[in-house]
Amino acid sequence: MNNKLYGNLIFELSKEGRRGYSLPRNNFGNYEIPASMQRAEEAQLPECDELTVVRHYTNLSNNNFGVDTGFYPLGSCTMKYNPKINEEMAASSKFQSLHPEQPANTTRGALALVSLLERSLCELTGLAHFTFKPYAGAHGELTGLMIIDNYHRLRGDMQRKKVVVPDSAHGTNPASAAVCGLEIVEVKSLADGTVDFDDLQRIVAEQGTEIAAMMMTNPNTLGLFETRIPEIARLIHGCGGLMYYDGANLNPMLGACRPGDMGFDVMHINLHKTFSTPHGGGGPGAGPVGVREGLQECFPVVSPYHGNFGVMMRAYAYILSLGREHVKEVGPLAVLNANYIKESLKDLYELPIDTICCHEFVFDGLKDKSTGVTTMDVAKRLLDYGYHAPTIYFPLLFHESLMIEPTENESKETLDAFIAVMRQIAEEARMNPEVVKSAPLTTPIGRVDDVLAAKHPVTTYRQLLADA
Amino acid sequence: MTYKYFPHTSSDLQAMMEKSGVKSLDDLYAQIPESIRYRGDYNIPSEMSEQEVREVFAKLGSQNQELTCFAGFGVYDHYTPSVIPSLLQRSEFLTSYTPYQAEISQGTLHYIFEYQSMMTELTGMDISNASMYDGSTATAEAMLMSVAAGKKANKVLVSAGMNPKTREVLDTYALHQDIELVTIPLKDGATDLSALTSQLSTLEGVAGVMVQQPNVYGIVEDFSGFADACHEKKALFIVNSVAADLAVLKTPREWDADIAVGDGQSLGIPMLFGGPYVGYMCCTEKLIRKMPGRIVGMTKDNRGQRAFVLTLQAREQHIRRQKATSNICSNQSLMALFVTMYLSLLGKKGMREAAQLSYAGAHYLCDELVKTGKFHLAYDKPFFNEFYVKYDGDVDALYQRFIQEGFLGGVKFDGGLLFAVTEKRTKEEIDNLVKIAAL
Repeated sequence: MNNKLYGNLIFELSKEGRRGYSLPRNNFGNYEIPASMQRAEEAQLPECDELTVVRHYTNLSNNNFGVDTGFYPLGSCTMKYNPKINEEMAASSKFQSLHPEQPANTTRGALALVSLLERSLCELTGLAHFTFKPYAGAHGELTGLMIIDNYHRLRGDMQRKKVVVPDSAHGTNPASAAVCGLEIVEVKSLADGTVDFDDLQRIVAEQGTEIAAMMMTNPNTLGLFETRIPEIARLIHGCGGLMYYDGANLNPMLGACRPGDMGFDVMHINLHKTFSTPHGGGGPGAGPVGVREGLQECFPVVSPYHGNFGVMMRAYAYILSLGREHVKEVGPLAVLNANYIKESLKDLYELPIDTICCHEFVFDGLKDKSTGVTTMDVAKRLLDYGYHAPTIYFPLLFHESLMIEPTENESKETLDAFIAVMRQIAEEARMNPEVVKSAPLTTPIGRVDDVLAAKHPVTTYRQLLADA
Repeated sequence: MTYKYFPHTSSDLQAMMEKSGVKSLDDLYAQIPESIRYRGDYNIPSEMSEQEVREVFAKLGSQNQELTCFAGFGVYDHYTPSVIPSLLQRSEFLTSYTPYQAEISQGTLHYIFEYQSMMTELTGMDISNASMYDGSTATAEAMLMSVAAGKKANKVLVSAGMNPKTREVLDTYALHQDIELVTIPLKDGATDLSALTSQLSTLEGVAGVMVQQPNVYGIVEDFSGFADACHEKKALFIVNSVAADLAVLKTPREWDADIAVGDGQSLGIPMLFGGPYVGYMCCTEKLIRKMPGRIVGMTKDNRGQRAFVLTLQAREQHIRRQKATSNICSNQSLMALFVTMYLSLLGKKGMREAAQLSYAGAHYLCDELVKTGKFHLAYDKPFFNEFYVKYDGDVDALYQRFIQEGFLGGVKFDGGLLFAVTEKRTKEEIDNLVKIAAL
C-alpha cells in the first residue's frame, strides 16, 4: 500500500470550501428550514472535489482482491465468476427508477421477472413456490425457520420448538434458530463426516414430538454427499418434523440432484453463490426461500417489498445465459475441479476423509506437522503468491481445517498453478518454515494485530482524532 | 461441453478425470442413490446469447412505466452522482467476499471504517456497525437488541407513527421471539408522550420504545422528554430516521436515543423496485458489545502501518453460534460503499444544500396544492420533505389521473395522499402535478 499518497481516510483529504457535487438551482423562493428543527452541530462530513473522491476510492479498490483479480478458492462461499452482462442488465434504467409502491399495472415487467425467476428456481430445486423477501443467506435461513414455525403453529402443534442440526453445521444455522425462538439439538457426525443416523434415531425417539425440523446442507460442510438422506427425511417426516435445506452448498447439485427430490420441504438459495451474483465485499446478496406446495401460506413478512430485486435481475440473466443446456454442467465441473485439486495435493496435505468429494473438501493442515507451520501460515503465504486463501479453521471438526472450493469457472491451468504453489509452500514449510510463518510479505499490509483492535476499539474517525 | 464460462476442453476433462479416479463426470456422483438422482432436462429456457438476454430484458423493461416520482414512504427518488455507479463496478470491490483476509481486503475494510464514521456523524451516536440489510430489518434487530439488553423484559412499545411496512417486519420478528409489541398512539399526528408515559408506568417489562423521525405522515416530531421517560423505566429509546434528513434535522443523539436505525436508501441509492438498499445501526458506546453485525476497527500491522480489521467478532454467529447477538452474517457492504461515496461527494455542505432543496420543493408543492382549495394538510405539524394531505374528492380517481399523466402522485394510505419531494424534482414538474391535481 502506498501509504504516503493513498493510505489516507477520505476525512484526511478534506479541505474546507471544496465540493464534489452540483445541484439544481433553487427556484422555489424562500423556504427556510426552521432552526427549531435543525441539529446543533454540523455533521463533520468530508469536503472533497470530485477527482479526489474518484482517486481515493480507485486506490482503495487496488488494495482489494476479487474474483476478477485471481483465483478465490474460499470454501463454502462459491466464489464463481460474476458475468458482466448481468451487471449491465441490472443497471437498466427501466428498472432502476421503479418505486416499490408503484401500482402493479406500471411494473408489469418487474413483476414478470419475479415470476419467471421463481419458475426457474422451482424447476432447478424441485420445490413449488419461492418468496424473494429474504435479503441474504442467513436471512433466508431465518425466513425458512419462520415458515416451519408458522406451519406447526397453524396446525396447533405448539410444542415443536427443536431444530436438529449436524454438529458440523455453519454457525448461522444455530444462530438463525435462536433468532426464530427455536432450540438447537445437535446430532453427531460419524468419522466420515456424515450424519450419525443412529444418533439421529435416538434423538427422534426421545424428542420426536418436539422436533420442528431438521436443518442440513447436502453435500455437507465437508463437501460430502449425505447418502442416507432419503432415510433421514423419512425419519424426520415420520415424527412430524419438516426438512430444511441450507442452500449454501447447492452449486454441485445443479445437474445432479434436486433438494425437493431428496425430501426437503423448505430451502433457501444464496443467489450470490450458485447463481453468480457478486458478493460485493459482503453483500448485497439474496436468499430466496422455496417450499413444497401448501407451505407458501406460511411465508412471513421479513422485508417490505421484493427483497434485493437488483440481485434477482442478475440471477435471472445468469439462468437465461446458461439455459437448460449448460446449467446442468455447473455441478459436474465444480465437482471435477475440487476432486482434481484434492487428488493432486493429498500426499502433502492431511486429507482426513479420503473419498470423492463434491464441490469442496477439507484438509486438516499440512501432513508434516513437525515444522510448526499452521493452516493460518499456509493461508497467509498463499496471499504472497497472488491467491486468495481458502476458508480456514472451519469446519470446527478438525484443528487445522483448510477448506477449498474452486468452482466450475476455473481452468486446468489455473488449478495446476495453484497446486504447484500449494506444493511449493509445503516444501518451504520443510526447508524454510520462517518464511511461511512470517507471510505475507508482498501484500499492502502485513499480519494485523487483532488483539489491539478488540482491546481498545477505534471504529470511527472522530475516535481516531480523540485518541491522537 | 465448452461454454463461455467453462474453460474445460475435452483433453482437460480427460486428464482431470483420470487424476480424480473416475471414468466419466457421472461417476463423480456415484455416491448419490439413483432414486434421487436428477436425470431430467430442466424445464427452463434454452441457452441465450448475450444479445438474446439483452432482448429479454429490454422487453421486460418496456412493460414497466417510468413515472415522475412524488412518492416516498421510506423510499426516495434522490439523484445518483455519476461517480458512484462507475466506481461501484470496480471489480476489486464488486467481486470480493467479506474481508476476512485483512492483508488483501484493506479496500473494503477502509471504506467500511469511513462508512461507520459518516453514519456516526449523521446520527450523532458513538458507534456504527458495518451496515445491515435495510431499514426495516435494522429496526427489527434494534428491537431484538433492546430485549437482549433488558433482562427478562419482553415488551417493546412502537409508535403508531412507524411506517406500517416496517411495523409488519417488526411483527414478524416479534412473533417468533415471543416479544409483545404495544402501539403508542398518535395525538394530532405525533407520538403521544402522555400515552407513552402511562404505558411505561402500567406495563411491566418494557425493554424498548421505538419511534420514527420524520414519522409516517412526514411530520417532524418533538421527542423532548421521551428518552427520560424511557430511561426511568430502564427501557432503551430507539429512533428510526431517514438517513439523508439527519444532515439537517436534530440527531437521534440530541434526542438522547440509545440506538439509531434506519435506511440509507435516501443517500442516492436507486429505488430499483425495493432493493438492494442499506440499513444503518448506531448506538451508544455502552451498547457496543450488544450490537449485531460486523464492526471494523483500526489497528496496526506487523510493519507498524495503520490497518483496518473486522473486530469484536466474539459477538457474532460464526463464533457464538446460537448465543450470538444476531444471525446476521454479511452486511450490505457494496451499498455501504455506495453511501460512503455519496456522502464524500456531497459532503458537509452538499448534504445541507440538497436537504434545503427538498424542503423547499416539498413546501412549495404543499402550498400550491392547498391553494387549489381541494387539499388540506391532515395535521397542522411541521414537516420536512414529505407531507400527508386529504383530498376533497375521489382520491383513487385523482391517483389514476396522475399515473395517466406520467406521475407517481404520492402514496395512497388511510384515505389520504403522502407526497415526497427530493432535490430531483423541478419546479416545472411540480407545477404540472398541481395542474393535474387542480382539475
